[in-house]
Amino acid sequence: MELHQFTIHALQEKIRNGEVSALQIAESVFSRIDAVEGRIHSYIRLMKEEAMASAARADEGIQKGDIQPLTGIPIALKDIVCTRGIPTTCGSRMLHQFVPPYNATAVEKLAAAGAIFVGKANMDEFAMGSSTETSYFGPTRNPWDLERIPGGSSGGSATAVAADECIASIGSDTGGSIRQPAALCGVVGMKPTYGRVSRFGLIAFASSLDQIGPLTKDVEDCAIMMNVLAGYDPKESTSVKAEVPDYRQFVGRDIKGWKIGIPKEYFIDGIDPEVSAAVAKTIETVRQCGASIVEISLPHTKYCVAVYYIIAPAEASSNLARYDGVRYGFRAADARDLSEMYQKTRRQGFGAEVKRRIMIGTYALSAGYYDAYYGKASQVRALIRRDFDEAFARCDVVLTPTTPTPAFKIGEKTDDPLQMYLSDIFTISANLAGIPGISVPCGFSTSGLPIGVQFLAGHFEEGKLLQAASAYEKSAAVEKRRPAL
Amino acid sequence: MKLSTADVEYVAKLARLEVSEAEKEKLTAQINDILRYIDQLNELDTMGVAPMSHAIAVTNAFREDRAAQSLEPGDALANAPDARGEFFRVPKVIE
Repeated sequence: MELHQFTIHALQEKIRNGEVSALQIAESVFSRIDAVEGRIHSYIRLMKEEAMASAARADEGIQKGDIQPLTGIPIALKDIVCTRGIPTTCGSRMLHQFVPPYNATAVEKLAAAGAIFVGKANMDEFAMGSSTETSYFGPTRNPWDLERIPGGSSGGSATAVAADECIASIGSDTGGSIRQPAALCGVVGMKPTYGRVSRFGLIAFASSLDQIGPLTKDVEDCAIMMNVLAGYDPKESTSVKAEVPDYRQFVGRDIKGWKIGIPKEYFIDGIDPEVSAAVAKTIETVRQCGASIVEISLPHTKYCVAVYYIIAPAEASSNLARYDGVRYGFRAADARDLSEMYQKTRRQGFGAEVKRRIMIGTYALSAGYYDAYYGKASQVRALIRRDFDEAFARCDVVLTPTTPTPAFKIGEKTDDPLQMYLSDIFTISANLAGIPGISVPCGFSTSGLPIGVQFLAGHFEEGKLLQAASAYEKSAAVEKRRPAL
Repeated sequence: MKLSTADVEYVAKLARLEVSEAEKEKLTAQINDILRYIDQLNELDTMGVAPMSHAIAVTNAFREDRAAQSLEPGDALANAPDARGEFFRVPKVIE
């Protein structure tokens, strides 16, 4: 095995034992990038020079016995988190030359934990998409089948982990943007509880839904990343002052006597039969772990996508009003006056999907329509949350497929926005309810595409998710394949 | 059709988005498609349901009113498409 193939915890042990240096790990990751990046396009920007310098500094620290939780570990950052002095584009022409004057809190925390930043990962423009096809910088390809999408919007963060172009990464999840690409690329991805991880320096899409979270090669790595990322931040008024447990303690514990809720509304017609079969097998494995299976109902599930496609565009239309060509970002040339400058800048700076969502959101919030759309959606959102409150009174965690199908073909859904939106049908509910969710690999389709299973838990119960996911991971022993690249 | 091309033109103006004729046609069709899907929410009686605007009940996130370090003017202007001195420059606002 080569160094870039290892997990965080395995590499940490090698560093502690003095078997490898941070420089050797970084060199291994960048040689892997040289070999495969041309075919996958995980990154908008590589940070090799900075990474090598950080790795050299990490090695000096290691010599003195200074080993932090991520010392010497190469990490990819979705290009939606601000990095001081390093362009942060959000996958958009609007920000293609934007150089943030500060770091996101998540970036500061990872750096303080010793992480080596490999680069800025590709994504759907402003995180709006489920396939990483809307990036201004071109699509990312799924390492398991280069003709297929990797999922999105954190597509580059998922492929970089799946193709060993980093050891772990962070993404952001507004309606499934961490869990869906994690499932389609065969890696672990967690969306924490709303308020668990600071979003200071995360470029805003839909503020009542956005969360930052990790994508990793296994569940233990996910716990290690969560230990670094979670916690209150005085710079972020929606981050919550709740105690952060040591997430690693949940890894390896059994789930004997647990109740696993299976919501009947998530096992609908239209799910790919191979996904159904893989999830059925997962349920059987969980039962063999000593948990009991309880059928539950989340009756408002079928309304999640409709609610989301009011709330997310409405909030986006407000958040993206700041891109006016004045203070930062792209400005169109040759405007006769200020108003024309705004309109041309926004026309030329945004891509089609972003414009579509700004339009839907502006319409839904406009005079005369607010109550019918935003008001109604916010009420149904309350019902969706109530469904989960009632469900978690009856079970410890909920188990569902992460996605209705394995990865689809590039270009297959680009002309049909509604079909694209429906690929997030199982992940959106967690964002609307504010609860945490994790996607874990649970098998492969006959054509060799990864399939993921999702666990959901109550607010601030990330520990339960990690415990269930790690118990499943251990006893399922899902075949450890690597994409043939 | 819930939305006409004229409505789309009006909404685009509200959003300060210039759209071409071809874009207008396409957007009208797509937005109508999406709104038709969203209409299924009307099946639900939500009378008396308090709207949920936050995922977590955090209210009044106060902090002490203490001056802290802020961006230097040069840093704040570094990304400006056009700046002069300590100001952002824009095209003329009125005739």
